[in-house]
Amino acid sequence: MLALEFPPISHLFEWKDLFFKGNEYFAFNKVALLCVISALLVMAFFLAASRKQALVPTGVQNVGEMAYGVVEDNIVVEVMGEKGRPWTPFLASLFFYILFLNLWEIFPFIQFPPTSRMAIPLFLALQTWVIYLVVGFKHQGLGYIKNSLFPPGVPAALYLLVTPIEFVSVFIMRPFSLAVRLFANLMAGHILLVVFFVLAAALWSKTPLIIIWPLPVLVGIALTGFELMVAVIQAYIFTMLTAVYVSDSMEAHH
Amino acid sequence: MEFLLAETAANELVDGLSAIGAGIGYGFAAIGPGLGIGYLVGSAVQAMARQPEAAGMVRTTMFLGIAFTEALALIGFVVFILIKFA
Repeated sequence: MLALEFPPISHLFEWKDLFFKGNEYFAFNKVALLCVISALLVMAFFLAASRKQALVPTGVQNVGEMAYGVVEDNIVVEVMGEKGRPWTPFLASLFFYILFLNLWEIFPFIQFPPTSRMAIPLFLALQTWVIYLVVGFKHQGLGYIKNSLFPPGVPAALYLLVTPIEFVSVFIMRPFSLAVRLFANLMAGHILLVVFFVLAAALWSKTPLIIIWPLPVLVGIALTGFELMVAVIQAYIFTMLTAVYVSDSMEAHH
Repeated sequence: MEFLLAETAANELVDGLSAIGAGIGYGFAAIGPGLGIGYLVGSAVQAMARQPEAAGMVRTTMFLGIAFTEALALIGFVVFILIKFA
């Protein structure tokens, strides 16, 4: 009926090498290029914002301070309290890096979120993992393992049950679920947009079916707005969970 | 020749069944998190309406809860992708 050919999933997520073609280690494609560009954009934005530190901020400095303030007020102080303020630079750069990566999903002519390839969220999640482990050992010494595996106030017999669960959830599930959450949200969003725009492209033909062409287009536009929200929320959640894990490592459970 | 045909038919059967399994599996995986997130956000809205000055704290906690609940649905989605395409 419809000459609708949905592209195989590999065509949506696998890109040809751009530089160092075929090289096993240094091959460089659109995903890697977007990651580098996002990092440079974040750096350029904050350098431009902090270059001239006027007492009364104007222009890009105003935007930069507002953006930094949003992360500081809504994530750092809200989750970690006053002791978390030194962590704001790291968490703000993490938030904006992930946000810029996610926003490529709806950026015209790019329309591909690098975070929908598992490697990038996985690497970010492993970074969080290493950081909260290091913070835990630094603040609590070897007691960190004892405090996380044997939460106080539990009857001794229950440790048989609680300790394995705590071990899996603290040391394994945390980075895994962080990575999978970001990856799956962005991958699902990308597939969703592709489905509706492929449908719109297939309906744009000389058949009578063209009268329902506006439907997928309108849904696609609405979903683009929805994906904008998803991009912001996922960056927010990733950063907030990082803050939660780090502040959890800073002090023992009571 | 007949052996090859039988093998093709079996492969098609496996493909079709795995598509059905993936679809049903993801459908079931979405039930629990759907209920959970609905309940969670409902309670959070109630809390914010009762005590608007605590809205910021409630919102942060709500997003945390959503993140943990949603993880289950997303794992279901990943399993769907793995069954269907891997």
